[in-house]
Amino acid sequence: MNDLSLTDVAATPYETPLLRVSGLCKNFGAVVACRNVSFALWPGEVLGVVGESGSGKTTLLNCVSARLQPDAGRIEFQLRDGRVAELFEMSEPARRMLMRTDWGIVHQNPRDGLRLGVSAGANVGERLMAVGARHYGEIRGNAADWLRKVEIEVARIDDPPRTFSGGMQQRLQIARNLVSRPRLVLMDEPTGGLDVSVQARLLDLLRGLCSELGLAAIVVTHDLGVARLLAHRLTVMRRGEIVESGLTDQVLDDPQHPYTQLLVASILQ
Amino acid sequence: MSEGEEQTAGGYNFAYLDEQTKRMIRRAILKAVAIPGYQVPFASREMPLPFGWGTGGIQVTASIIGPNDRLKVIDQGADDTTNAVSIRQFFAKTAGVATTDRTSHASIVQTRHRIPETPLREDQIIVYQVPIPEPMRWLEQREAETRRMHALADYGPMYVRLYEDIAQFGRVTTAYDYPVMVNGRYLMRPSPIPKFDNPKMNMSAALQLFGAGREKRIYAVPPYTSVKSLDFTDHPFTIERWDNSCAICGANDSFLDEVITDDRGSRLFVCSDTDYCRQRRAVKAAE
Repeated sequence: MNDLSLTDVAATPYETPLLRVSGLCKNFGAVVACRNVSFALWPGEVLGVVGESGSGKTTLLNCVSARLQPDAGRIEFQLRDGRVAELFEMSEPARRMLMRTDWGIVHQNPRDGLRLGVSAGANVGERLMAVGARHYGEIRGNAADWLRKVEIEVARIDDPPRTFSGGMQQRLQIARNLVSRPRLVLMDEPTGGLDVSVQARLLDLLRGLCSELGLAAIVVTHDLGVARLLAHRLTVMRRGEIVESGLTDQVLDDPQHPYTQLLVASILQ
Repeated sequence: MSEGEEQTAGGYNFAYLDEQTKRMIRRAILKAVAIPGYQVPFASREMPLPFGWGTGGIQVTASIIGPNDRLKVIDQGADDTTNAVSIRQFFAKTAGVATTDRTSHASIVQTRHRIPETPLREDQIIVYQVPIPEPMRWLEQREAETRRMHALADYGPMYVRLYEDIAQFGRVTTAYDYPVMVNGRYLMRPSPIPKFDNPKMNMSAALQLFGAGREKRIYAVPPYTSVKSLDFTDHPFTIERWDNSCAICGANDSFLDEVITDDRGSRLFVCSDTDYCRQRRAVKAAE
């Protein structure tokens, strides 16, 4: 359990997708949040999910991250040993272990993803302790490494995140997730609520980390600029359904569906 | 029982609680003993003293005590403090049992905040009064979630607190109610005893019962069960040490209370366990 680098990520066979979602449906009473959503995500790929507010983006992400049980559909994930497992058919301990090792979730509001009362170092080290790390010096060394990687001064390792700026909190949240070397990161509006210069820095950082670590990611955003910068492929959602998907440049430069055309046209040039 | 009734306060059942209630509590105790460290819910009753004053401990004691038992009650190690005196009188009146302030003479020891210095024997039971039974309550407010964490032995977040202490102060500053792993499976709050007493719980010969009245939980550590305090491999668990020894009996191996003796800064250290201190003085006087 202590050994997080169980299998080299690059050694994973590429024939099967890392994540395959098929026929996912989720209703809240009479309200349809997701209807028959299907897509696949390959290792190292960043998938953008765009659409207006209320189009079911966040519900989709909550289902995929197993925080919400879908009404129908399958979510299959390829484990480090190559086996493919359905998320809701796994036992709860196995699912929790997966969440803490192979998955990362970056929340829109860093307050949802951080423990604000404890230091930055403890925030980063939590996942390590959760999977059995019991050596203080090693946990701290790891935390310091990750703070450096997300460009937070190591001198602030013992400061609580509530003394951090919004951008720093968001970067801390990323470090906290990446410390366990996940293979899939789910991001819900990672740049929401940040000013543009901070957004740009965060996007640079995320792009760098994704390519450096070979991370696969799903980025939910309503900001087409973020999608263009980060995502390799783009999925457009409207009223709970995927209306268009394809390569990011293709979707944004040559939108086919009337809704995508509207979405692209509504950006100030 | 009819024998005891003559001596007890009129109109009350033996040891205050009715027989059905005692039966219910005994069932909870049996389950708790069967699953060391697991918190068993029980239907806690109103007792004639406020929650927080030991209602859980009293209910446990009331359901295990018999007419031939000899009861010792301590509060902060002392037999003569308010809480200890009233609980001892309560059982003297309602059960008519013999009481003692000597650890070695007691068959049941009810305690708040200490474990006696004199090692307990196999024929003794120690009952702890517990204010908050859930060790993870500070990090997770939802009971359903903490129970799930116990079920899955999901105890990683507890180490966040230890990490934080070492990061801020260079050592774990939790001095009482120091969390322990029981039998390698359940995380348990040992009630607010100083961490000085934690090693005494490990492989103890006596049965240890814990009652939380307000929170309606009973848990137990059976005799000879491993009780390990949480720590990091490079920051092992340690207990308090004093530079002084007891001003009355000279003990340097017991838990010492600091007593301020005047308003000019004079102070002295004395044993918190009054019975242990008395024993040592008696031995000295005999020499």
